[in-house]
Amino acid sequence: MTETPFIARGFHRRREQARPARLPPGQYETRDFPVLSAGPTPRISLADWTFTIMGVDGESTRWSWDELHALPRETPKVDIHCVTKWSKFDTTWEGVSVDTLLDAARANGFRDAPFVMAFSDGGYTTNLPLADVTGGKAWVVFGYDGAPLPAEHGGPARLLVPHLYFWKSAKWVRGLRLMPDDRPGFWEQLGYHDRGDPWREQRYQGDP
Amino acid sequence: MIPEVSTTGLTPPRLEWRVATVARVHDETPRARTLVLDVPGWPGHRAGQHVDVRLVADDGYQAQRSYSIASAPESTSVALTVERLSDGEVSPYLCDALGVGDGVEIRGPIGGYFVWEVAQGGPLFLVAGGSGIVPLMAMLRHHAAALASVRAGIPVRLLYSARTVDDVIYREELAALAAMPEVRVSLALTRDAPRDWAGFRRRIDRAMLEEVGWPATEMPNAFVCGPTPLVESVATQLVELGHDPSRVRTERFGPTG
Repeated sequence: MTETPFIARGFHRRREQARPARLPPGQYETRDFPVLSAGPTPRISLADWTFTIMGVDGESTRWSWDELHALPRETPKVDIHCVTKWSKFDTTWEGVSVDTLLDAARANGFRDAPFVMAFSDGGYTTNLPLADVTGGKAWVVFGYDGAPLPAEHGGPARLLVPHLYFWKSAKWVRGLRLMPDDRPGFWEQLGYHDRGDPWREQRYQGDP
Repeated sequence: MIPEVSTTGLTPPRLEWRVATVARVHDETPRARTLVLDVPGWPGHRAGQHVDVRLVADDGYQAQRSYSIASAPESTSVALTVERLSDGEVSPYLCDALGVGDGVEIRGPIGGYFVWEVAQGGPLFLVAGGSGIVPLMAMLRHHAAALASVRAGIPVRLLYSARTVDDVIYREELAALAAMPEVRVSLALTRDAPRDWAGFRRRIDRAMLEEVGWPATEMPNAFVCGPTPLVESVATQLVELGHDPSRVRTERFGPTG
């Protein structure tokens, strides 16, 4: 922040943060797992569930629920940061690296593109630079804390991109569409930042 | 089935921090206080939007929280209603330390989905739990500010659950709004109700939504705000009752410290 903040008269820290170095600016640690979403929780049968990567030339590669589970799994343990100010440390997930999925798409002849749009049941979308979902930084997860991912937290499967604000970790995710140009997703059209790096406090459009 | 959102394609300017001045305070309940703020250069807001509040201590420590706007877009000031959490860091300061004439940093308005404007029409079905009433109150006030001829075409039903009658925020104003022919207010008390209480004495459930809500065939715009368990169950039940999920907008919050 370049501007000079206004000092709130008589305001003092009341909570000692055990690990302040892990908290991005403006965030506080919570032990709960708050739920935020714009509409009703979608319900879908696993028999009908698929995950699809769509290429810029209209091609697609698709996995069924069972096919996704046959891929190599990882169990990332990460800190997550919600733009509504809470952060939660050491959350454990189980899923498949987005690298694994994109490698399979590339093997099918997909051209690389610099951006992706994640899309979800219920119509939610969020845009991300490809560089933010590759290199071991993003997963499609179906497990949380040793159990199947609950529907209110995005189950059966959600995107996990923990180094960005958590609205980028699309709940109920059904696929990624590769894009030659950046286009705003759902919250991004409504004023939230296109990248959303919590360490740079990129909450809203126009934030540096 | 979230509908496409229109976009102008213009990059909006940065939401700047502004120093607001407390013009008035009003205790709504033993645990909730309204702060009426004068905000220089406030760009205006839509009913349902929120602001970020930032508190910076003299040692540089800062805390931020989001609070829904309670005032109508027609109001020249910005009213926030804050629920006090005794173990919180920001809400006790806003409710107990901040007084008339003090400054506080805010930026906004924020959020563009959980919003309602008269132009979106009705009927409206508003369902609130606890302090989830705050953004819905902005919608009710916006509705009340419209011309009577416009209001007549937009009937509103509010279903609001609180723990006890003393926890009902905006109680007198809600009673006054309910005197308008196109506004119906139903209250549900979940813990304790007076002997002569004429409203519901239980948590919001499916039978209650059927009894006081609009049938799905009326195609209401539904807004549900409150703690996560309430919002999850109400939104799910509305879909089960046949409401189009794209017409059920939700905002979930526990109180934030």
